[in-house]
Amino acid sequence: MTAILMTLAFVAVTLGVTVWASRRSSAADSFFAAGRNITAWQNGLAVSGDYMSAASFLGITGLIAFHGYDGFMYSVGFLVAYLTVLLVVAEPLRNSGKYTIADVLAFRLSARPVRAMAALSTLTIGGLYMIAQMVGAGAMVSLLMAETGIDFRSSVASVGMLMIVYVVFGGMLATTWVQIIKAVLLMLGVVLLSGLVMAQYGFSFDQFFGAATAVTHSAGGETVTRDLLQPGHYYKPPYGALNLISLSLALILGTAGLPHILVRFYTVPDARTARVSVVWAMAIIGAFYVLTTFLGLGAAMLVGRDQIAANGGINMSAPLLALAVGGDLFLAFIAAVTFATILAVVAGLTISASTSVAHDFYANVIRAGKPTSPVMEVAVARLTAVVLGAGAVGAAILLGPEANVAFLVGLAFAVAASANLPAIVLSLFWRRFNTAGAVAGIAAGLVSSVALIAVSPSFMGAKALFPLENPGLVSIPVGFIAAVAAALLSKDRSSELRYAELQVRAHTGLGAERASAH
Amino acid sequence: MSMHTRQERAPDWERMAASGAFQELLRAKRRFIVPATVFFLVYYFALPVLTGYWPELMARKILGEFSAAYVFALSQFPMAWILAGLYLRAAGRFDRAAGAVVAAEEARENNAE
Repeated sequence: MTAILMTLAFVAVTLGVTVWASRRSSAADSFFAAGRNITAWQNGLAVSGDYMSAASFLGITGLIAFHGYDGFMYSVGFLVAYLTVLLVVAEPLRNSGKYTIADVLAFRLSARPVRAMAALSTLTIGGLYMIAQMVGAGAMVSLLMAETGIDFRSSVASVGMLMIVYVVFGGMLATTWVQIIKAVLLMLGVVLLSGLVMAQYGFSFDQFFGAATAVTHSAGGETVTRDLLQPGHYYKPPYGALNLISLSLALILGTAGLPHILVRFYTVPDARTARVSVVWAMAIIGAFYVLTTFLGLGAAMLVGRDQIAANGGINMSAPLLALAVGGDLFLAFIAAVTFATILAVVAGLTISASTSVAHDFYANVIRAGKPTSPVMEVAVARLTAVVLGAGAVGAAILLGPEANVAFLVGLAFAVAASANLPAIVLSLFWRRFNTAGAVAGIAAGLVSSVALIAVSPSFMGAKALFPLENPGLVSIPVGFIAAVAAALLSKDRSSELRYAELQVRAHTGLGAERASAH
Repeated sequence: MSMHTRQERAPDWERMAASGAFQELLRAKRRFIVPATVFFLVYYFALPVLTGYWPELMARKILGEFSAAYVFALSQFPMAWILAGLYLRAAGRFDRAAGAVVAAEEARENNAE
């Protein structure tokens, strides 16, 4: 019970600080794109906050605790993916867009079809990503309330709806500050937890990694001893290698297509700031992912796979580790950090999805660019948030607490890489690209990735029609090929007219949206 | 809300895009970004391909208790940071070149008035 009360206290303080910070910093500026006044390090922290979700903290720790080295592959992919963002998309995107990723597509393509498609893929990606966060939140509540016997289903429903209410009615404008504070808290929590783990080994790397070479758990009534620093505990024949490659492809190309990350680059004054903020994010995120080694292996050795499986499942490896090395108080702190993390990511996802529906779909497709009342746009955005949140809660209940949250987020990355990335990259860098190509690319990438997930082993078990867990290896090429083929087959050359303008703007920043304070 | 607060009329994008200075900027960016992207993709995909298809090789302990796979995986972090740092430095040059393209356009407009 102490853990619950302390968690509530920590959450209350966190939310209070968030509200205070957002008011204090500037009441007049909305911290969306409108202000465009976020500095490089602030945006770096905000990007990190949006990115380091329940998947990174709960999910990867669990995967490393259960499978050792193989789980660490997520950490590597999540960081290196930022090179794609830095080198290929961040700056041109900042220079040629305004509010959503569809702005870049609509720049020289026909606005209505591409905006409608982009809104659809943004919703799908946001939904998948959010399901993972809800699974993490539900498992966390179940663990804290274990004594009361509350089940996973009620936990997800209650905490999920609370979060949506907070985001819809309170947290909309403060989201950048939610991300910044949450990123700082999460880093603090992870550094402390890693320190406490290493203290158990006298701060000796030799002892720690030595112990990691012989970790036991029981399987089928027998005790198994494994070297967790070795590859191959999860990705086994016959499809292990292809599974790993498919996952790697989705991770490294997915980030550059994630709407809630990309819109962060509209909150900074210029492309140079966008660039520096990516490098800040890479420093913070990279440090975080290096530490997942200590959390994951620590959980495997100090809690043990059997104990984790019996007390909340794979996603609870990090909180159980906190309990083991720091007691009730530390568990409460880590639980609060987890909730802040999930809340912040849910907020970021909700904002990007509802902005896309309100701006791309409602204002530009339904109203066809005719003036809309701000009241209606906000209403559309709120409705989107509620529908998306309720859908994610329902899906999380169906999936249950055993679904690893990093794995689930990996699926959202695959959809982002398959549906969004081809259209973004080709519209920025290929003169011959056109509306038909963008619509076909998004549609093919979206449908193929979602369909392959539905018939994968994760959802159909042994009867799966598709052998790989992550669809990236097939659906990403499908997205690119469909985009290129449809562009070439269509005779429409009108999109080439504004290519020169897009190029000059994207590479020089001439005419780009400025910070509003000038 | 105007996109062109400084210029009275829209710049001649076609002429700017075709100008020698802008083409040189694109070439300079391409010279860095294309090889850098190819390099990190190859370096990154070598990891899953090697561990997936040559597991015995990657399971060999090469640094104390660390397998070759783990060492290679950890090396991806400094690789990403160093490449990001190199890009940051190169991008300073691109900024100056882009600034020159914009300044040339503005000078041209002022002369025209």
